[in-house]
Amino acid sequence: MSHNHNHVGDGVSRRKVLECMTWAGTGVLWTLAGGVPRSLGIVGSAQAAEASASALTFLQISDSHVGFDKAANPHALATLEEAIGKIKTLPAKPSFMIHTGDITHLSKASEFDDAERIISQSRLDVHYVPGEHDFIDEDIKLYRERYGRGTKGAGWYSFDANGVHFIGLVNVVDLKAGGLGNLGAEQLAWLADDLTGRSNSQPIVVFAHIPLWSVYPTWGWGTDDGARALDLLKSFGSVTVLNGHIHQVMQKVEGNVTFHTARSTAFLQPAPGTAPSPGPMKVADDKLRSLLGTASIIFKPGKERLAIIDTPLQG
Amino acid sequence: MMSLNLRTSAVRLAAAAALAMQMSAAHCEEASVTIDNFTFEPAQLTVKVGTTVTWTNRDDIPHTVVSAGQFRSKALDTDDKYSFTFTSAGDYKYFCSLHPHMVGLIKVE
Repeated sequence: MSHNHNHVGDGVSRRKVLECMTWAGTGVLWTLAGGVPRSLGIVGSAQAAEASASALTFLQISDSHVGFDKAANPHALATLEEAIGKIKTLPAKPSFMIHTGDITHLSKASEFDDAERIISQSRLDVHYVPGEHDFIDEDIKLYRERYGRGTKGAGWYSFDANGVHFIGLVNVVDLKAGGLGNLGAEQLAWLADDLTGRSNSQPIVVFAHIPLWSVYPTWGWGTDDGARALDLLKSFGSVTVLNGHIHQVMQKVEGNVTFHTARSTAFLQPAPGTAPSPGPMKVADDKLRSLLGTASIIFKPGKERLAIIDTPLQG
Repeated sequence: MMSLNLRTSAVRLAAAAALAMQMSAAHCEEASVTIDNFTFEPAQLTVKVGTTVTWTNRDDIPHTVVSAGQFRSKALDTDDKYSFTFTSAGDYKYFCSLHPHMVGLIKVE
């Protein structure tokens, strides 16, 4: 249960930041106040109860890989269940949850069923986007049957909550040889249309499976046309991009955009370039649930925006 | 009736023999590619026309073997295999449609 906090341009908000930076072992609780999302508290933390009545809180879980049973975690369903168990005990119920993909490992019907059985125990609305592991059944239909209702194309959509505009994107379809994640022209045109006429002061949260920013292209950790989506968002004052796929926390702030990746509930993947491949990483059994711990917070002088990188706690 | 049955059997036997010969011929021309650490190994392979190439996934993550307009495997879980027989010469670029940075090439001569 250790934290390492790295502060860049450490400033007046440090105390406030520290109050807001603790992290969920298996889910991330977000709050939006003044359009700046902040990680709010560990699951089960009393801090969650302090969220102001007007604030919107929501959870992000990712990469549950239901069906995965290899050495890196033979019990991926059990760790998902633990994550949901902690969510159920939150003192303040979040408004909803987003799942940023790789619900299943092999897109089997039984895996989708198991995932649904566990996740529904949270009694939260869940907004899904697919990961590449959710589209590998023979007919590529199981994800869409379950979660595609009311979505466009391969499953993208948007919705509003408490004045925040949420956009779920799909960047795991029609991938090109030698390339990275892909949004495609049709989805980008839809996004442009979706943003047309929207006030630039409206906070935007974009979520998708593969990082929209170039985390590590050598391992495919980025999206070829992610920059085109970000171009469409550049006039907005507050943009937060939430991704999964890389099974570790990463965050950066660029202008008005905060990028963040969530951890997996199933297994760890190595830090970029630290292993021969991005494959599942075996860690000591007693470390699996903590998955190590560094956290950093970036405070940019002159900006309200806080960038938070944090690491789950044991348990 | 009996002679008809015999004749049918004879035809079946001949067909089976032909199939067996074909299979043994193909057997002489086999090659393999291993998928390990998100890499096709060897990344480039040169084979003769008629060769069957078998890919085996050794990773803990599923991969696919896809060559646009040519061949496409289903998702291969750990230790799953996929085979394709190359019947005409040419360069066959392929990739993993799940992890598209994984690319390979089969040169068929």
